[in-house]
Formats: sequence, structure tokens, C-alpha cells
Amino acid sequence: MEKKQLVEKLSVFAEEIRLETLEEFAALGFGHVGGAMSVVETLAVLYGHEMKYDPKNPRWPDRDWLVLSKGHAGPALYATLSLKGFFSREMLFTLNRGGTKLPSHCDRNLTPGVDMTTGSLGQGISTAIGAALGNRMDGRDNYTYFILGDGECNEGQVWEGALFAPQHNLDHLIGFVDYNGQQLDGYTKDILDLGDIAAKFREFGWFAQEIDGHSVEAILDAVEAAKKNRGAPSMIVLRTKKGHGCTFAEGIEANHHIAFKPEQMEKALACTRTRLASAERAN
Amino acid sequence: MFKLRETLEKSPDMMRDVYCNTLMELAETDPRICALDADLVSSSGMKPFFRAYPDRAINCGVQEANMIGVAAGLSATGKIPFAHSFGIFATRRACDQIFMSAAYAKLNVRIVGSDPGVTAAYNGGTHMPFEDMGVLRSIPQITLLEPTDPVMLEELVRKLTEVYGVYYIRMARKNVAGIYEKGSSFTIGRGNLLKDGSDVTLIASGIMVAEALKAREVLASEGISAKVVDMFTWKPVDSELIARCAAETGAFVTAENHNTVGGLGSAVTEAVCATCPVPVEMVGTHDRFGQVGTEDFLREEYKLTAGEIAAAARRVLARKAK
Repeated sequence: MEKKQLVEKLSVFAEEIRLETLEEFAALGFGHVGGAMSVVETLAVLYGHEMKYDPKNPRWPDRDWLVLSKGHAGPALYATLSLKGFFSREMLFTLNRGGTKLPSHCDRNLTPGVDMTTGSLGQGISTAIGAALGNRMDGRDNYTYFILGDGECNEGQVWEGALFAPQHNLDHLIGFVDYNGQQLDGYTKDILDLGDIAAKFREFGWFAQEIDGHSVEAILDAVEAAKKNRGAPSMIVLRTKKGHGCTFAEGIEANHHIAFKPEQMEKALACTRTRLASAERAN
Repeated sequence: MFKLRETLEKSPDMMRDVYCNTLMELAETDPRICALDADLVSSSGMKPFFRAYPDRAINCGVQEANMIGVAAGLSATGKIPFAHSFGIFATRRACDQIFMSAAYAKLNVRIVGSDPGVTAAYNGGTHMPFEDMGVLRSIPQITLLEPTDPVMLEELVRKLTEVYGVYYIRMARKNVAGIYEKGSSFTIGRGNLLKDGSDVTLIASGIMVAEALKAREVLASEGISAKVVDMFTWKPVDSELIARCAAETGAFVTAENHNTVGGLGSAVTEAVCATCPVPVEMVGTHDRFGQVGTEDFLREEYKLTAGEIAAAARRVLARKAK
């Protein structure tokens, strides 16, 4: 497939993920909308092109792994997994209901295709490192991906992992930071300024890139560059907007966990459907 | 089945050497076994393992939180990680990682916390875990073990490669009293009834097992007949054995090198109250912090002695009589 076609296909997939994620929240009336919207393009590139996996055998040992360390973005991952056939669309509408297999934060024991349990921030970088080490010990050449939030980078454990991974030359470990500039209580600049995250990881010994996190083409290029890099882990800092593509969430300060009115969600769904239709026409 | 040694003497083998040698032997045929440490390889006695298996041994540096997370991730790929630090760091410092990355995620991790209680001696109060078991005891489905001597440690390390889940091993590093003959076997979750008796049950763990055996002799000279139980599994505690001892003796003394709040005394008392309520006296550190000193000084300071166990037995018998 030519790159232009691939980019168009992944743009469609991204809007499909966004639409299904919003549908999950719509059924509930609230949720971690902001941080789910900002990782949609990354999930589209990973599950739409870069990762190898088998929906019929989610624990296939040779699969690529994703540790969604910012576990509150689980609903976006659930939409992605459902679209890729790990489980039915109907299951999406059980989000957060009693007895569901789709809890607000990711759980490896409940959801087919979820590789690691996350939710308490800062821990996913370490479990991803462990998975990458274990796979390398067994001589596998699969990749382990992980996604951190920017607020999550306040946690000391993130920087423990940042020191550790280059020491062990984990070049099949590819991380992302969703740098949308907002954390639960407000803007990262005002609460605990993270500054130049890519420079920090570079200084720690990572192959670090900083890109537009809503451009599937930029994400594709960055992951391909990361895969070519040898001898060090990779970090891709995604410049994103929290709530991206969701009309009632994007551009407002308090968009981490939102309760919304049905008419607000109707509008957001309509806008997303319009973008999806336009992406499909381009494809 | 276990067999007691005839005399109470310090075991010639250091606990840490037995730990390392057993893991080395197991690792030879089991590629799943790997070892992690947080800059305490020299203390844990694991240098030979790190030399023999460099691809499966990871010195994480001074990073307990990351170490537990890495161990959890390794186990998700099928490895059996044994992660060591001093008990204080292995538990207090990494509690949330043990909770979420390992236990809640239902992964397969062994955590070894060394220098229990007063055995931390010269490292002092900052390094003296009187709370490590208590910190972890409220995490669901975790198993808490305190191997009593090198014979038990070796057997438990072997067993820990055949089970699944999160296991914490509270391990003295150096020489401790040898209680068991070589070739003894043990069952995780089952206490060992070391000596039978009819008036009171002394339930002990770790370095307090030898003290309980000595206390039994003191009590015998006074005409008091005591059972002695080695309760090396603190969680799940052996409620069945506790209920039987309660029915047969009607009184307990617990003895631990740990805070009585949240520790063995708490675990035993919960089981006693739920099965066959009888009076319980506790020997332990009673909500105090640790401090620096020799192990002998600290045993006296915190009353972790045979004399205190015997005194507690007399108190509990007085309560039982009422």
C-alpha cells in the first residue's frame, strides 16, 4: 500500500475509534473524555498498521504489546480493540457498568487484548520494561509500546524507568507521552511544569522525537524511525490537545473527567461523523 | 513432614547463601527463574547468581518501585522473578506497585524482604521492618512467609517455583537458630505443631520460634504444658490449626519480631475470634519504632525473649482461669 493510501486509511480508522469511544461515553453520561480523545491517532497507527496481534488469540506470545500506562484512557483502547475484532461492539456499551469487562482503567484480566493492568499512574513504564526484557530473554523480536500521560510524568517512577531502560539497551521498547498540556486540576505549566519532555528523555539516553500527535502520518514516520533505531529505547512525545475532536471537551480547562448533557454529546457525535465521512471520501 | 533438631543451636549455613545456592540450582534447569535487586546484591548474597546468570539477573539500582514493576512485567511474559531489597524498602517503598502491578494484575512475583525486625540491628530504626508483613497483609490474595531456618528456606524457595501468585518472603540474611533437620518438608499455609501440650499454645514465627521452644521448657519446669506452633505462613494463616489448638488448650501467646498491630498477633487473634474465642496475649514490638543497637540489645529492649513469652503465658493462663 502506498503511504498516501495508508495515511488515508489510518485517518478513517482514527475517526472510527473516536466515534466509538464517544458512543461508549454517551451510554454512560460521563467519563475520562479528554485524555481518551488525545491518544486516538496513536492507537489508530499502532493497531491499524504497526502492531502485530491476533484478536482470536490475545495472549499470543509473539504479539506486540501495548501498556496503556495512562489507564484512564481505557475507553479509547476498548473502542480500538472492538473495531479490530477482539470483542463485540455490544460490549462497548457495558463500560463501567457493574460486572463489566470494560472498567474505567485497563485490566489485563478482564478485557481481551489488554496487555497490562494500569490505573495507578507511573507504573506502566516499569511493567512495559519488564515485558520488553522478558521477551528479549526469550529471543523474541516483538515490540513493547507504552503510552504515558503528561500529568503522569509528575510521578517519580516514570523517571526511574527513564533511567533504567537505556541502561539495558531496550531498543524494542517504544514509549509515547501524550503531551496535551493538561492534567486533572488544570494546565501542566501551572501545576508542575514538565518543560521539554523530549529533551529530558534524550538526556536520559532515549532516542526521543517530538511530533504532532494528531497527525497519523507524523506518528507513522516516528514509529518507523524508532524501529530503525538500535541500542536504545525510543520515546515519542505527542503534541496533542486534550479532548481533541470532541466539541464539548476540546479547549476547556476542566476536561479530564466530564459529565455532559445528551445534546452536547449529540453535537460531538455529529461532528465526528462528519469528519469520518470526509475521511472516508478522501480514502 | 518435618523433623526437629535435637538441640537448639545456630545453623552453620547463612540464610542468604542457602537462598542464592537454591536459586542457582533451580535456575540451571528452569529458564523462567530470574533475579532482581535494588543495589543490594552484596547484601542479599546473590553475587554468585548474578555472575552465573547475567542475562537473567538485573541489578535495578536504588529503584524499588521500578524493580517491582519490572518484575511484574517479566512475569507477564512467563518469567518467575525473585526481587530482593531490605524488608523496609521492598514493602513500604513499593507498596502500591506490589498492589497494582503485581497483585491486582494477578501476576506471578516473589518479593524477598531481608533483615526482619531486630535483625536489622546496626542499620537502626529507619531500616528496621516491624511493619513489612502488616503493610502487605491487607492486600488481597498475597501470601506472606517467614522461613524459620535454612532448611525451611531452601524447601520454600523450591516450592515457590511451582506455585502462582504474589509471595513475600521475610528473610533473615545471616545465621539463625536451626530448628529443622535436613530433609524436612513444609506446606505453605499450614503451621507446624512443633511440640504438643495442653494448657496454652505458643504461636511463633521467625527468630521467635527458638524463643518459644525455650519458653516451653521454662513453663514445663513450673508444671505448665505448652504447645508450640511455628506459624511461618502469616497469610493465609492456618485457621484450622488455630481452632484445634484453641479447643485443646484454651489460651494463646503469639510471638513475633514485628509490630503486634497488623502482624502475626493480629492474624492469629482474628482467626481465634472467628473460630473458638479464647484469651490471647501478644509478644512483639507493640506499636514502637525500631532503633539502633546489637541484635541482643534489641531483643531485650523489645522483650522478644523466652522470658517474656513465659510471662505472657502466665498472664494468659490467669485470664483463662477467670
